[in-house]
Amino acid sequence: MKHKDVGMKVVAHAIMSIMTIIALVPFVLMIVSSLTDEKTLTYYGYAFFPKKLSLDAYKFLFQAQKLTILRGYGITLLVTAVGTIASLIITTMLAYALSRPKFPFGKFLNFLVFFSMLFNGGLVPTYIVYATGLGIRNTIYALLIPGLLMKGMFVLMTRSYFISAIPEAVIESAVIDGADEFRVYRQIVLPLSLPILATVGLFSGLNYWNDWYNGLIFITDSKLFNIQNILNRILLSIQYLKNSTDVEASQLLSDIPTASVRMALATVGVLPIMVVYPFFQKYFVKGIALGAVKG
Amino acid sequence: MQVTVAKGIRRGLAGRDKARRKTVYILMLMALPGVVYMIINNYLPMVGLIVAFKDFSFSKGMFGSDWSGLKNFEYLFKTTDAFIITRNTLCYNLLFIILNTVIPVLAAIFLAEIETRFFSRVYQTTILLPFLISTVIVSYLVYAFLSTTTGLFNKGLLPAFGIEPIKWYSEPKYWYVILPFVNTWKSLGYYTVIYLASIIGIDKEYYEAAALDGASRWNQIRTITVPLISKTIILMVLISVGRIFYSDFGIFYNVPMNSGMLYEATNTIDTYVYRSLCVLGDIGMASAAGFYQSVVGFVLVFLANMIVKKIDSESAVF
Repeated sequence: MKHKDVGMKVVAHAIMSIMTIIALVPFVLMIVSSLTDEKTLTYYGYAFFPKKLSLDAYKFLFQAQKLTILRGYGITLLVTAVGTIASLIITTMLAYALSRPKFPFGKFLNFLVFFSMLFNGGLVPTYIVYATGLGIRNTIYALLIPGLLMKGMFVLMTRSYFISAIPEAVIESAVIDGADEFRVYRQIVLPLSLPILATVGLFSGLNYWNDWYNGLIFITDSKLFNIQNILNRILLSIQYLKNSTDVEASQLLSDIPTASVRMALATVGVLPIMVVYPFFQKYFVKGIALGAVKG
Repeated sequence: MQVTVAKGIRRGLAGRDKARRKTVYILMLMALPGVVYMIINNYLPMVGLIVAFKDFSFSKGMFGSDWSGLKNFEYLFKTTDAFIITRNTLCYNLLFIILNTVIPVLAAIFLAEIETRFFSRVYQTTILLPFLISTVIVSYLVYAFLSTTTGLFNKGLLPAFGIEPIKWYSEPKYWYVILPFVNTWKSLGYYTVIYLASIIGIDKEYYEAAALDGASRWNQIRTITVPLISKTIILMVLISVGRIFYSDFGIFYNVPMNSGMLYEATNTIDTYVYRSLCVLGDIGMASAAGFYQSVVGFVLVFLANMIVKKIDSESAVF
């Protein structure tokens, strides 16, 4: 029995329960609403205990809008997978070079990474560099490269992990045995660094999965929209069509169960995270605690 | 005999030299992709800040465009927008800093009281969930509550109290409350994890000694926990203060659904730069506002970091 104060525990449980409920309630409302009959929604609005349930919204999404949804999902999955792997490779290679005492430009490059976290050019020059300089608009690269591929914080986190967790003697003995630095990195350092790889990989994957910003700025071709971009445009454009006096547009909308479809779309977009997250919770917590102060 | 030894040594040295050169060469190759990316993604845009002093045209490019002196800034600061976006960015951030300190510290203190692993894990996992979703999803969640025609508030809650429906997406005044609430909801778990890590790091012996002296749990929290995590609190606040000139674009753009009638309450420097560039195509204004943010933002980040370094050299970014 560490402390006998039962009152404190009751208060702690009460307050944490309230916070947990507040965190969860919007998701419940979203999921329940996506399963609510459209007429019930127009009449009673979004509710936790709807009068009539229906799968129409999902039917609409996966029948009428099958192509859009599946394509969006495909693009999100592709970009997340390719982006995360590329990001891990680039980040760990740079971090490894920076962690080696023999690397002559280490100090200077380290400063470059630090400085890139303190100062940035902002949207306008970044847009000019990528859009006019590299012609990245409306290409898949726009979803992969700007801002996401390598983050200074991850480089620094990985570098300090390499320095503190891998004994110099291990690397030295491998070098004496004739391994070059790349082999040491690939066959010794990476296998010994799974915790940091998991953490950086998870956050990087999450950033790719959640990214809508690059799509908003660089993509106008709807064929390249990822799931977040589809969500983003649809929410704004339904609002736009509803406000318009265009008869044809409002006719078009009256056939679509818009209120429930919205929530079904959001559910489809967030469900993978909600399902996968509890299994990786440990790494997320570790990553936040590690990177917090350097964020 | 002597000659061969000398030769051998020389050859050995040359070999070691060659090996060393090869090592450096390989390390450079390994660093190359990251460095090239940093140049494109970070350093070219820094140089590109000069477009704020230019009459930019896409055909002439970043360096070819004509200089225009301070004209862009004159235009920017003549508008009332400059004041509104600065005010909104600073005031929201100040409020966010207070909320993101007080509530998570309390949450972390209470969470640390819960010894049952199962509950502690459930609470922590759940409150971190909002941090992991995109602001696009957040905007949908908020919409479920606030939609004028089908929202839970207008259709369910307000009628129950006999209150008339409210047009949430066209009345700015409500957003001074909605945005801080949404922001706290989203980031509570993140900050709680950080403060909880700090509390867990406290030596248990302090509490045992205090308990022997008969200190109540509440007094232990007041006299042991809070003082011992105050360093973390100060560091986190300083880092946030350093970033006070930057706003979370998603919170201010997606959550109010980019509604034009709300700009008074939702326009920050980041949303203003985006709209000037991508909606209005006014690169002059956008680059001037962006330059203003980058430079003032940098000075603040730099100062905050210097103070952080004084307090705790481990946590400073440089």
